[in-house]
Amino acid sequence: MAIAEETTLRIILYEGEGAEKLATNERSSTLLALLEKGYAVTCAGEGKVSQADESSLLVLGRFNNGKVPDAEDVNGLVSIRFKDINGHNPEEITQLVEEERENSKAAKHGDWKPWFPVIDYDRCTNCMQCLSFCLFDVYGTDDKQEIQVQNNDNCKTNCPACSRVCPEAAIMFPKYKSGPINGDVVSDGDLNREKMKIDISALLGGDVYQMLRDRSQRSRSRFSKERDSDKALGERTKCLTKLAAEADIDIPLEVLQSLPSADEIAKKAEAANAKAEAALNAQKN
Amino acid sequence: MPAKPRILFCHCNYARVVPDEVKSSVLEGLCKSGQAFDAVADLCEMAARRDPALKRLAAGESPVKIAACYPRAVKWLFGGCQAPLNAEHTEVVNMRELNAEDATNTVLNKTLTPNLPADGSVAKVEGEKKI
Ligand code: SF4
Ligand code: SF4
Repeated sequence: MAIAEETTLRIILYEGEGAEKLATNERSSTLLALLEKGYAVTCAGEGKVSQADESSLLVLGRFNNGKVPDAEDVNGLVSIRFKDINGHNPEEITQLVEEERENSKAAKHGDWKPWFPVIDYDRCTNCMQCLSFCLFDVYGTDDKQEIQVQNNDNCKTNCPACSRVCPEAAIMFPKYKSGPINGDVVSDGDLNREKMKIDISALLGGDVYQMLRDRSQRSRSRFSKERDSDKALGERTKCLTKLAAEADIDIPLEVLQSLPSADEIAKKAEAANAKAEAALNAQKN
Repeated sequence: MPAKPRILFCHCNYARVVPDEVKSSVLEGLCKSGQAFDAVADLCEMAARRDPALKRLAAGESPVKIAACYPRAVKWLFGGCQAPLNAEHTEVVNMRELNAEDATNTVLNKTLTPNLPADGSVAKVEGEKKI
């Protein structure tokens, strides 16, 4: 299921007229607790903050005598709710907020590590190599036949493989450990590095399966009578680990192990290729 | 006098790519400063769900300083969600590269040095790293 296109609940930490100021440490511990639960918080103070949009607002404050203001958006576009946080510690405040979130349409956080490709369109040449490479339908094209990340939660957590097939180093994973994949500047050296470019068939197709076949052939002749499914799994693990190490690519083992069968890979690769072909042809017309 | 930049802080919740001491120092500094600011749990998560809130965070005439990670990544997290940042008015403070003190001072300092990459040309990395 695709990650829901929902908005984050916006919380305003209010310390203005009609409310008590928080001590610096109270402000920062409350803010931290809310951020760790995934909320967006606006701290009122000197200077501007982002403008209001149509999402609902939850205003938290130590209101005088616990009396929350009675206010609403004159245009009726924004739903505004107030919560008095007098006497509550940060943990209790996040519980209050969570109850409010459940009653609103705001997003629930933390179910999925946000790991997905981000395209640098300054660099992208729309060559569609990423689209034909990815077996998990992460990429697609928009109505102008331009490459787009469409199903970002289909992406395999911690797998940066498609960024290495991109000839322009245009695919980033901001949470990756090193550059340029993490968004750091791209140098001439990065573009020339052979390991930025990996052939799909070598990585996910033929070689892996050929290697598995060769190995299992060899082991069949040696241990034909003792083979069981655990051993087969062990073989596959060993083989894939070796392959990943040889290719010097840090594709997590779980990802390699969860690859579909060779036939399915061939089918998926064909389908992805056809999509890429169609997009490239449409670009020419 | 140029307008004082608005501030957006990203807490990079779901991975430990931004060092904790840098994030805490920037957050502490902001809380002490008495300055208004927006803080979000994780810009990546918001981009993953194409959160409409990215539009309000990107919009506005006033200059904005974003405490997060690499400017190229931040530019396209917003850009990929049809919430483009204004290159002339945006400075990204890279909490992955700066130490706690420098990151905090850069966020709180009132001058804005726009640093979004402008085009796809290959960056020249001559000894010193550009961030
Ligand atoms: S492989 Fe790179 S350059 Fe080609 S379409 Fe994908 S992102 Fe763009
Ligand atoms: S934008 Fe950068 S700092 Fe923010 S969540 Fe993503 S990787 Fe972390």
